[in-house]
Parts: sequence; C-alpha cells; structure tokens
Amino acid sequence: MSRYLNRACLSVGVLAIVLSALPGCKPKTTSTAATGDATKSYVAPGKYDEFYNVVSGGFNGQIGVYGIPSGRLFRIVPVFSQSPESGYGFSEETKAMFNTSHGFVPWDDLHHIALSQTKGEHDGRWAFANGNNTPRLARVDLTTFRTAEILEIPNSAGNHASPFITENSEYVVAATRFSVPLDDQNGDVPINTYKQNFKGSISFVAVDPTTGQMNIAFQIRTPGVNFDLSRAGKGKSHGWFFFSCYNSEKANTLLEVNASAKDKDFVMAVNWKKAEEYVKAGKGKKQPVKYAHNVYNEGTHSATSTILNEVLVLDPSECPDVLYLIPCPKSPHGTDVDPTGEYIVASGKLAASIPVFSFDKIQKAIADKAFDGEYDGIPVIKYEAALKGEVVKPGLGPLHTEFDGKGNAYTSMFVSSEIVKWSLSDLQVLDRVPTYYSIGHLSVPGGPTAKPHGKYMIAYNKITKDRYLPTGPELTQSAQLYDISGEKMKLILDFPTTGEPHYAEAIPASMLTDKQKKIFKIEENAHPYAAKGEGQAKVERKGNEVHVWMTAIRSHLTPDNIEGVKLGDDVYFHVTNLEQDWDVPHGFAIKGANNAEILIMPGETQTLKWKADRVGIFPFYCTDFCSALHQEMQGYLRISPASSSTPLTFSTGTNKPAVTPSESTEKTESK
Amino acid sequence: MRCKISFAAFLIASTVMITACGGGEPKSDEKSAESSTTEKPADQAGTETEVHGTEVKPGDVKLETPLNAEWVTAGKGIYDMKCQSCHKLTDERVVGPGWSGVTKRREPHWIMNMITNVDMMLEKDPEAQKLLEQCLVRMPNQNISQDDARKILEFMRQNDGVK
Repeated sequence: MSRYLNRACLSVGVLAIVLSALPGCKPKTTSTAATGDATKSYVAPGKYDEFYNVVSGGFNGQIGVYGIPSGRLFRIVPVFSQSPESGYGFSEETKAMFNTSHGFVPWDDLHHIALSQTKGEHDGRWAFANGNNTPRLARVDLTTFRTAEILEIPNSAGNHASPFITENSEYVVAATRFSVPLDDQNGDVPINTYKQNFKGSISFVAVDPTTGQMNIAFQIRTPGVNFDLSRAGKGKSHGWFFFSCYNSEKANTLLEVNASAKDKDFVMAVNWKKAEEYVKAGKGKKQPVKYAHNVYNEGTHSATSTILNEVLVLDPSECPDVLYLIPCPKSPHGTDVDPTGEYIVASGKLAASIPVFSFDKIQKAIADKAFDGEYDGIPVIKYEAALKGEVVKPGLGPLHTEFDGKGNAYTSMFVSSEIVKWSLSDLQVLDRVPTYYSIGHLSVPGGPTAKPHGKYMIAYNKITKDRYLPTGPELTQSAQLYDISGEKMKLILDFPTTGEPHYAEAIPASMLTDKQKKIFKIEENAHPYAAKGEGQAKVERKGNEVHVWMTAIRSHLTPDNIEGVKLGDDVYFHVTNLEQDWDVPHGFAIKGANNAEILIMPGETQTLKWKADRVGIFPFYCTDFCSALHQEMQGYLRISPASSSTPLTFSTGTNKPAVTPSESTEKTESK
Repeated sequence: MRCKISFAAFLIASTVMITACGGGEPKSDEKSAESSTTEKPADQAGTETEVHGTEVKPGDVKLETPLNAEWVTAGKGIYDMKCQSCHKLTDERVVGPGWSGVTKRREPHWIMNMITNVDMMLEKDPEAQKLLEQCLVRMPNQNISQDDARKILEFMRQNDGVK
C-alpha cells in the first residue's frame, strides 16, 4: 500500500506543488484521485464524442447510450421494458415484442451487452443484450438504436451468463443462472430434490450473418450448477467458450453459505466446434418446449411473435470431449479472455488471488488426460495443469477483467473499491486506483475484442452515496471515467447513469455515425394501415372497431374532426408521420387513454388503441413540439351514445355542416 | 431530360452567390453538404449522400410543350403522398400557399429549389423568407430528388393549364 502511495505522490507531485493545496497524499479521496486533466473529458458545444458507450440499464430493462469521454447521455433504448417516450411496448405494433410463453412480460432485468464482431473486432452492426428474469435475448440494430428482435430461451431460469459472443458473431450464448427441472419434466417436485431433478442448460443461439436474426441452434445439458458469466475464445481459442460456474455444492437454500462451502468451483470450457460436429452427426435430440420469437419489421413498422415448440439438445454423456471443468477458487464471477485468446482470467469473487489459465496448457492437459476425476461425468482438469499463474493479492473481491491490447489487464475489485492494473506477461500488479464506490463491471473500448481501442476505462459502480446532489433515498448510479493512455490510471470524470449498469461496451463513433438512419422512407412504408398522403386519410368502422388512418405533418393532423364514434367502440388511431426530414417526429395523445401516447418518426406508422368509455368530446393533439404552430396541431373526436344515429364523418379544414357562410363556399375539402 | 448540373457551373454559381452575399458565408462546398443538417457543426458532420440540397441554377430547368404525360402522372403521385397535406391545387393557402398559378408567379428553378433545397432558400431568398413570415411553418424537406421535383413541376404546369 505504501508503494502505491509513493507512486501516486510522484505522479501528482508537480501539480501538488504548483497548487500547494495538497497537504499530503491521503488515499481514496477525491483530491488525490481526480488529478487527471479535466479537459480530457471536455467535449466542446457542438462537437462529437470519440466513442459511443452502450451501457446496460440493469433493472430498468433498457440500454443507455452515452458519449465518451464527455459522459453525456444521448439515448435510452427500451429493450425489455415499455417506453414512456416512444410508446414501445404500448403501441399496437410493438406489443408483440414482449410476448413470451408466459404471455406479455413488459419488464425485465438487462445485464450484459455484446456488440457484434467480425474477425474478433467490432463491426458496428448489432448490440445484443440479455433479459435475466424471464430468460430472453435481444438484438438492437445500431443503425436505428431500436430493438429489432427478442428471443425467449427455454430450459432456463435467470439468463445471466449471456449474451457473450463469438469472434465472427456465429453465436451468442445464453446459460442459465438457476438450474431448474427441464421444461418438459414435471416440475412439481420437492425443492430439496435439487440434486436429482435440477439441470443446467447452455443455449447456443446462431446469428444470421446477413440479417442478424437469432435462432437456438442447440442447447447443451449440464450439471445442476449456477452459471454466472462467460466469454468466447478468440484467435487460437476460437471454437471454445468459457463459463464461470458456482454452487458446485448444488445447494438449494441459503446459497450465501451453502454455495460457498467448497474451496473451488469451476470454469467450464466448452468446445463448441465439437458440439457443432455432434449436431451435424445427428446426436442432438429434439425436446418439446415452448418459447417466443419476436421480430420487428422495419418495412411494416410492426412486430410479429411466433411461438416455437422444439429445441435441439446435446447430452454431454453421449457427446464426449465437449465439456471440461477447470477448478477455480471460490465462486468465480467474471471469466474473461485476453485479446490473444491465450489467457482466461477467472475472478473468484471470494478469493484473494486471480487465477489466470492458459489455453495452450488446457489443450495439453486434455491431450495428456491430466484430470482430477470427474464431476457428474465431466472430466475435471487438474488446477495446476491449466494454470499459467495467479495474480497475488490483487485486492478484495475481484469481479471482471478488461484488456487494453498492450499486454495489460484491468480487474475491478468490488470489496476493496478499486481497479487494479496488472501485466498479463508476469502477473505483477502495476497500478491501482480507487473507485467511488464498490465497482461492479468495467469497460475499456473494444476491451473484450481481439483489438481493444484502449485509451479510456469506465467503471460502473454499485454504490453512489455522496458523489452527487442527494435526491432522497434513491440515487443516480455512479460511473467514472479513467484515462488509461499512460502508465498510471487517472480518474478524469464522474458521470451519472440511469438504471443500474452492469456490463457495457464502447465503440468508436466513426463506426456508427455515418450509418445512422435518419428517416423511414414514406414510399417504402408497408404498414397495412399506413396513410401515405393525406388523400389516404380516412375513418372506417368494422363492427365495434373504428380505424382511423391519420396523417401528421407540420402542423396538423388529418382528420382532425371525427364524429359518429359510439360508446364502447375500440378506436385504433393509425398515425402516419408524413415528414421526410430528420428529427421531425410527431406525437399523438388523446384524453383518457388507458394505454399510452405514441411518438412517430418521419415516414413511420404507429397505432394507439383507445376505448370510447363515455359520451362527449375528446381532444387529441401532437405531443412533440414540431413547429411554431405545434400548439395548433390538435383535433376533436365526438363520442355519441351506442343508440345514436350520428353518421361516421371525418374532415380537416372544413366544418360539417358549415358554421359560417364564408366557410361554406366551394372550397376543396381536404377529405 | 435530366436535371443534372455540372460541377463547374455549380462552383461558378456558388462564387457569384457568395459575392452577392458579401462573402460572409462559409465555404460553398461545406454549405451545400450541410444544407439538410443545419444544426450540425460542419467539421463534424457525416458525409451526406442524399440528393437533397444541391442548388438548381437558372437555366438548368428546361420547360417544353407538350407536357411530358409520364412526369405529370408521377408528379401527381408524389404530390398526393408528400405535398397535398399543406398545398391545395387551388389558390387557397392552408399551411403553405395553394399551387394555382405558381408556375406563372415563380421561375422553374425557384420552385425546384424550394422543393429540394429549402434550407438554402429560407436562408437566402427574400421571396422564400416572405413566405415563411406568412406561413410560420418551414417548408419541410420531404426527401425529394431533383428528378422527382422536376416531375412535380410538370404536374404544377398542368395544374396551371399548360397542355
């Protein structure tokens, strides 16, 4: 510790003398930590950031998109949660995105981000994210920053070790945190029959290289442990996956104690190329299950949900050489693979050291059968046979490791609230910086790829406490930006984040900015209720449903007078935004809507369903300030009693019947 | 007939325009690339590939009779989808002015620029600025190419009685 203090003193020494404001070098206070150049995080007004930071929102089910180095928040992308901004999950078109085998599940817990890769590097196409609670995987299109697809994962409970990705985006994985009785088994069993009845499951979800569409290629049945995190091999270890497992005790109660009994749990190495061979050879068995696959179509501006009924399963007892276990000190959490693919860094979160495994040694151990028995029929490789070495006394509570591509690793330490920089070659600790407070994940731009972009490191802290102006019992989350371009890590910025960020990735802005979609072309709008021009605006009754084909353009809605709707009718407002210019959305809201409002992008059609629950006049209007006459962008809907004979009429710009003589001349009706 | 503009003609014209404006404008090539994203800093903007925003010069548009019937039909189709919300075919002003007589009041290149290069027009053209004062809503960029704008112009001419 004193050596660390000395280094910190030296690095700030000059500055301290100049300022003559630092009486000493107290550790872990803002004054010593924030010695970095504040201008390093400054992005001048009108200038762009260097990186996009795609950050999981944790329990809010969303993704936050921030700029690095400024820490500015650009966008909240709703993924597993309904959005009170766009109407995602509320509009008729997007409700299907939340369909599952359990029905409509509008909120989930989003933990990890995986950006698509080609040849081990970012390719800037998609971001994948996991839904932890009701197990799901999502794909976000990085040209629209919208959720394009959600796939439910069967035989899973707590999709935590997900959505880690292979170096050519062949697969994203989904491994279950909770082992459970399988979906086709009778689950009505005593909980304490865990050891007999509970199984684990790893899904390999194939990603279509062109469309990005996901499908479950196969699942591997595993012993009933808890899977925590994972990484794909890369380079020399491409074809392998590494999962951290805890609860090898198979406890079903008070895991805090009972799942921490053993000295070592496991890292599970999966030879997925070998698994593919077994699938090709017909070794997979079809298991009846039920899960939803939801896809958003940008042409029809609508999502469809399909329920699937089968999954292909590989049983390791019939497929040797696919699974191997490597002992790992107490309850490993992060399992991270370095840019070369040679080193697998597993962080035993209750251990006092960080084991670093060698891919070459693992291969040799398998070839030499350097095993230490079996666990549920799966060979356990001897710890020393797989181990390159341990990082000794790195700090307390190691969780996750990222890499800078210069031979350095950065490990977050939850318990001791710090980040430790160490050398991959000799496993020596090089530097440490405090975090405020209790860091969870950390992110280096490109950190999980074969070619990290380096330069910055972001800490996502679990505890905020006194870092910001207090806002009652609930506080913003605290992220911190460090400059890692030099030998010493330097804290340069605090920035607040929404939800509770877990993992995040950062990607150079230059890979995404030019690809951003600005409008949806109205000519290409294939929505069945699109009004592609005011001439197509209309109102039609189908039984007790009333469909309104409505258009929006600065600054009127067509039609804006609607009569003849009756008490009890379901009214569907299909609103098409006729604008074709960037950044001109229109909104739509109507009094008494039980559902939501909607926001419609240029060229898009979205639908709000509304119940006519009482007789009267109901105003509707545009909710997105669109022009100087935005406040004029409004209309009225009249609800008559069910027995009324009021005819269904609609218009814009013409009173029916005319109220004043001057208005009733031979003007062309817009309708 | 295609509505293409030679780059040389564009450069010369831009120079003239800058002189006319007192030279206070940014470089013409940056400006034209920026016209559809006025709020973005020029040195940071992405490369705009859309056709929108290139100026049409006097003499670039040739009007012929009889009307090109195909263009009239195509122009009406675009009108129905992208223009009709704000422009009637009569002289009634709704959000924007009615189209009756527009081809007699305005030069063809003025109309084309109003459709495809509206940011430049509202910035520089006194007539366009007068219209904004009257209508209070910026003529929107409806993502219409110069070729399509030419077809709309043909439809306007028909609306004004040209055969």
